Amino acid sequence: MDQLLKVLEDNATLTPEQLAIMLDKEVGDIRKMISAYEAEGVILGYKTIIDWDKTEREYVTAMIEVKITPQRDRGFDRIAEKIYNYPEVQSVYLMSGSYDLCVIIEGRTMKEVAFFVAQKLAPIEFVMSTATHFVLRRYKDKGIVYGAPEIDERGNCV
Amino acid sequence: MASIDYDLILPRRVVEMPPSGIRKFFDLLDGMSDVTALTVGQPDFVTPWHIREAGIESLESGKTYYTSNAGTLELRQEICKYLHRRFDLTYDPVHETVVTVGGSEAIDLAMRTILSPGDEVIIPTPCFVCYAPIARMCGAVPVTVQTRNQDKFKLTPELLESAITEKTKMLVLAYPNNPTGAVMDREDLEKIAQILREKQIIVLSDEIYAELTYGRRHVSIASLPGMWERTILASGFSKAYAMTGWRLGYLCAPAPLAKQMLKVHQYAIMCAPTTSQLAAVEALRHGDEDIAAMTDEYNRRRRYIYNGLQSIGIPSFEPEGAFYIYPEIGQFGLSSDSFCERLLYEHKCAIIPGTAFGEGGEGFARISYAYSVKHITQALERIEAFVKVLKS
Repeated sequence: MDQLLKVLEDNATLTPEQLAIMLDKEVGDIRKMISAYEAEGVILGYKTIIDWDKTEREYVTAMIEVKITPQRDRGFDRIAEKIYNYPEVQSVYLMSGSYDLCVIIEGRTMKEVAFFVAQKLAPIEFVMSTATHFVLRRYKDKGIVYGAPEIDERGNCV
Repeated sequence: MASIDYDLILPRRVVEMPPSGIRKFFDLLDGMSDVTALTVGQPDFVTPWHIREAGIESLESGKTYYTSNAGTLELRQEICKYLHRRFDLTYDPVHETVVTVGGSEAIDLAMRTILSPGDEVIIPTPCFVCYAPIARMCGAVPVTVQTRNQDKFKLTPELLESAITEKTKMLVLAYPNNPTGAVMDREDLEKIAQILREKQIIVLSDEIYAELTYGRRHVSIASLPGMWERTILASGFSKAYAMTGWRLGYLCAPAPLAKQMLKVHQYAIMCAPTTSQLAAVEALRHGDEDIAAMTDEYNRRRRYIYNGLQSIGIPSFEPEGAFYIYPEIGQFGLSSDSFCERLLYEHKCAIIPGTAFGEGGEGFARISYAYSVKHITQALERIEAFVKVLKS
């Protein structure tokens, strides 16, 4: 795997200058590689992982199992596109197993999410059924454990 | 009832043993807040989960007994397979391998088994702090030789020859090196081996950092022709697998030596912790990828800190192993101790004076990069601020 991608995936705040030193490359080359990855759609964006539970913000997250009838020629893609265009929708995955699409949405309240499912998601043509599961607590997301910041407990030994 | 006089009780060799210079510096750190430290000599990674899980499973299934003195046969077999796979070394798990409580016990055990009063032990410095005190505890005489910056802190044949006498019993070879980050390549070791093949000298090769080399594979002196017979290999799991707290290491040596070391070990220690031994089997069987991932990360930080120090104007030998860098701080006209103390008190950044690592340490400091890039960046900013003050 390209080390640049791995390092950036773990920490997108590193500057091209820092990356160049760490990966033993020229700054110009790092900039070019990042631009190329962005142009090819390999790098899609940069975001910050926030534990909103530690803030005043009111929000809920739900994972919705969606069963759909695939369309001739277009399979699941058209329905997936219809669903992911809603700004409330954070993620859409095509799944193997007992349902077809896994849709993750965020809303201010459970009621808001329930309305979204009932009024927008369920009525979409070819959607056969939905099952909504609310997230009660995040333990780990994007490889990061939610909780108190890590304290360096290593002993100063010898 | 007469009061007891501890001065009469305690032997001189113990009372006069100086505390570790690193310890002294850590005592200064105690009680200070907001210090950005680059001091610790252990990985900042947690032991990989599959290894921890193996330890937990061993406890859950009630494996809380002693193992055999030498360690479980399963672990010794895995150690021998690992040494063969990674370093082309061949040892017999039954007669030539002893599992110890960390690399530290391995060093202590080897020295206590081999050394007699009056024997001389050649110790290249700067180095880890334990060799000379243990030698003295055995009544042996540490003979230090100073490795030099211009030789990339390698032990040169000239230095070795200048220190050998009829009384020389042991050479301590600790590469990759703490604190310098120096390594010895095959050709460097061959020059040393040429001298030793003619002598009755045992090499105690402390290879605890063997997995942490950058752009090269570690070569053990025991893998050179004629050197296996005269080498005791001491290593362990702490640095390679981020398992410092598990306290697990090992010794490999020719059977006549291993047999005697096992005897000393059985009376002193009984056996290494069983939980750790069972976890270590998992580490050796399925841990190669963990080592690669951690080494890659250290390598990126190594480049980062080396470059950072250069751009501040603090030159340094570019380390090739372990997770330390050993910059030259003598140019600022301060002793290593006062440089580090002022950096700590005035800029709240902690690094260890080179003098803590024996002769030849004046003018240098040890910086550990077993820290996140963010942490290292903050430390570099503090060091830079201090350097600006010193230069103004």
